[in-house]
Amino acid sequence: MTGETAEFRRRRLRRRNLALLGVLLGLVVLFYLITLVKIGGNV
Amino acid sequence: MPATFANAELAGPRTRDWWLLMKPNVMRLVLFSGITGLVLAPGALHPVLLLAAILCIAVGSGAAAAINNWYDVDIDRLMLRTRLRPTATGRIAAADALAFGITLAIFAVMVMGLALNWVAAGLLAFTIGFYVFVYTLWLKRRTPQNIVIGGAAGALPPVVGWAAVTGGVDVLPLLIFLIIFLWTPPHFWALALYRSRDYAAAGVPMLPVVAGAPATRWHVVAYTAVLLTASALPAVLAYTGPIYAVAALGLGAYYAVHVWRLWRDPCERTAIRAFKVSIVYLFGILAALLADYGAAGWWS
Repeated sequence: MTGETAEFRRRRLRRRNLALLGVLLGLVVLFYLITLVKIGGNV
Repeated sequence: MPATFANAELAGPRTRDWWLLMKPNVMRLVLFSGITGLVLAPGALHPVLLLAAILCIAVGSGAAAAINNWYDVDIDRLMLRTRLRPTATGRIAAADALAFGITLAIFAVMVMGLALNWVAAGLLAFTIGFYVFVYTLWLKRRTPQNIVIGGAAGALPPVVGWAAVTGGVDVLPLLIFLIIFLWTPPHFWALALYRSRDYAAAGVPMLPVVAGAPATRWHVVAYTAVLLTASALPAVLAYTGPIYAVAALGLGAYYAVHVWRLWRDPCERTAIRAFKVSIVYLFGILAALLADYGAAGWWS
């Protein structure tokens, strides 16, 4: 594998990991807010 | 792209491929109809729960699409319209699409159940299951009635949205279900009229392939007539006010003109036009329902 392709793959993996991190953080925030609302009885 | 990754499978999926796997164009319509159900339902949801319900409907739609992409990978490779889908090109392995779809489906149903209620969750699970098992696995490759019966899956999101708020089902969401259910066949038959070679090559028994173009145009005219009648029902049964009535009449006339043109002048151009106008028609009907509801709230 050439240096260029290794760099290409590294960047792609980094973008994918950041996207996954964003999704997971979003879910944590969503579940946290849902829990607050449900506990608060604001249904 | 570097030469080493000329092969799509070696290059691996981009983040965007996972998004495309969920058929965002279909998701847009599903979301809009689901939000219509959420808004029209009596009662109010906390904004966080409203957001959760919208997310669940969107993710449920994406889940069904991903599983559909898994099963249809062989025929998607044969059709011009679908040959660039991530599974068809090999950027996403079919098995990965299946795993992705099942994960999303479980997520959507569980969150809907835990955050909203289990009636909405059950309806969402039924919608995904109907699309996957009844439409994709059973009907699509077997009968020209595939999209007539399978259309029920695409028509259920407003009922899911309504149930998310109320925990039940009422006449108005069922009327919206009926409108979308009757809209689906003429919409897809217009598409199939100018993609019939595609469907024939893939062995999908769409109506133009099995019965021919003239019979399909007849079906489009007949279904549109029934659709336009059904679209009047929310106003006739006094579930909506004058804004919806006027909009339904105008949109119906607009759609009818293009179906009439397809009937009188059968060619690719009129079929494409009828297909595109059908999308405008449904978005218009749903927007009119929302506008009518908003106006009623404004005046009261």
